[in-house]
Amino acid sequence: MIDLRDVSIVSGQFSLQQISLSVKAGEYAVLMGQTGQGKTTILEAICGLRKVTGGRILIQDVDVTGRSPGDRGIGYVPQDLALFPTMNVRQHLEFALQLRRQKKAKIDSLTADLSRTLGIEHLLSRAVQGLSGGESQRVALGRALSFQPSVLLLDEPFSALDEATRSEMHALLKTVTNTTGVTTLHVTHSSDEADALANRRFVLNKGVIEEPELQSRTDGAN
Amino acid sequence: MTSVDNSSAAGIPAAKPGSDVPFFLAMGGLSSCFVLLIVLLLLADVMFVSLDDFRVALATPQYWSAFRITLITCSVSAILSVWVGTPLGYVLSRYKFPGRWIVDTLVEIPIVLPPLVLGLSLLILFHLRIGDWQLEEWLREEVGRPVTFQWPAVILAQFSVACAFAVRTMRVTFDQINPRVEDVARTLGCNRGQAFLQIALPQAWRGMIAAGTIAWARSLGEFGPILVFAGATQMKTEVLSTTVFLELSIGKLNGAVAVSLLMVVLAVVVLLLLRLVGARLTA
Repeated sequence: MIDLRDVSIVSGQFSLQQISLSVKAGEYAVLMGQTGQGKTTILEAICGLRKVTGGRILIQDVDVTGRSPGDRGIGYVPQDLALFPTMNVRQHLEFALQLRRQKKAKIDSLTADLSRTLGIEHLLSRAVQGLSGGESQRVALGRALSFQPSVLLLDEPFSALDEATRSEMHALLKTVTNTTGVTTLHVTHSSDEADALANRRFVLNKGVIEEPELQSRTDGAN
Repeated sequence: MTSVDNSSAAGIPAAKPGSDVPFFLAMGGLSSCFVLLIVLLLLADVMFVSLDDFRVALATPQYWSAFRITLITCSVSAILSVWVGTPLGYVLSRYKFPGRWIVDTLVEIPIVLPPLVLGLSLLILFHLRIGDWQLEEWLREEVGRPVTFQWPAVILAQFSVACAFAVRTMRVTFDQINPRVEDVARTLGCNRGQAFLQIALPQAWRGMIAAGTIAWARSLGEFGPILVFAGATQMKTEVLSTTVFLELSIGKLNGAVAVSLLMVVLAVVVLLLLRLVGARLTA
C-alpha cells in the first residue's frame, strides 16, 4: 500500500502542503490533474528522489520517509523512461537483481519469466537505442518490475505512444499488475487510460488531492 | 494573363528563398581562412628547415631526452587531469551546494591566469615559510622527494592548467547526460556512488577521451610555468616547449623550428591515437 500523511514538499517557488493520499495493497490508482500541479513531484517524493519538508510516507505500512530511494522497494517508470543508454535490454532487467546479489541461475530464470510476460524475449540482446516506443515502454516497465517491488509508480509513460500501441500497453499493464498484485499509482492526463486501468481515481487540484465519486466521473465522460 | 505560381489560396505569395550559394561561399570563405593559416604556418616551418637540420636534431641526445620527458609528463598530467576532472566535473554538474559558484570560479582561474603567474604562484607555494615549516623542505627531507626544479614540478605545472580544461570538459559532458537515468538507478537499489560508477561514467567515455585529449594538448604547449617552477635543466626537466625557447634564445633558429615540427608530429600522432581509442570505445 501507499500512504501519504500530510506530506509537504517545497521545491524553489513551488510547494505542496499537507498532501494526503492512500492506495490500498493491490489497487491500481491514477492521479490526474492539470500540468504544473505537482503530480510528478508527488511521485518523486514517494520514491525518495525529492525530499519532503513535512509529513510521512508509508509503503506497506513501513515509514520510508527518511529512507534512500533504493531502500524503499518501489518500481518507478518516469515520463522520459530514462533507459540506460550503455546497457542492452537483458542488462536492464538484470540490473536491480544484480544489485541485490541474487544468484545467476535465479537472475536468469526471473529475467526469462519477466521478458516472456512483457513479450520482449526476442529483444534481450538488443541495445536500447534501436527500440520502438512500445518496446522501450516494455523495457522500462520490466526494469521497474524486475525486483518484484510492492509498489509501482508510473509517470505518464504512454503519452508519446500511438493509439494502437497504447491500447496494447494498457492490456499488458492490466495483466502484469493483476498477476503480480503490485500496488500502482499512475499519473496520467487521459481519462480513457484511467477508465481502462484504474479502480481508484485521484485528482490533484490547486494543491489538494480529491477523489471524485464514480458518478461525477461518468458525468464528465459524457 | 498571369503565370501559374505557388501562392496560397488566400493569395499570400510563395516564399522565394533564393540561392544557397552565398551562404556556402560565406561559410566556406571564413572557415578556409583559418584552415589556410594553419597550413601556411606548417608549410613555412617545413620550407624553413632542411633535411640536415632534422638529421642534426634527431642525433642530439638533448632533444631525445626532452622528447621522452615531454611524452611522459604530458601523459601523466593528462591522466591525472581526467582522474581529478571527472569527479569534480560531476559534482559541479549535478549538485547545488553553498559556495558552488566559488568552486566554479576557482577551477577556471588557471585558464585565465597568465601562465608565468601560475608558475610563480607554484614556486611561492612550495617555498613559503609558515613558522618553521616549508612545503618544499618537508617534501625533500621527510618524504625524500624534492619537487621544485625536478621532474614532478613539470607535471604539477602542466597539471595545474590542464586539469582546469579537463574539469570544464567533464562538466559539459555530465550536463549533457540525463540525470533522470541516475535517479532511476537509485530507485532500483543503487547508492549515489554506484549510480555514478555504473550509470553516469559509462556514458561519459567520449567526454573523458575529449578531456584527456585537451589536457594532453595543453600540457604539450605548457611553457611559462614549467620554466619558472621546474627550470630547464637538460636531460632532467627540459621539455620540447622549453627546448624551442632555449634554442631560440641562443639564436639556433633552425634547431628551434626542427623541434617545433617534431612537436607537431608528436601532437598529431597522439591526437589521432586518442581519437581512435574514442571511436573504439563508443563503437
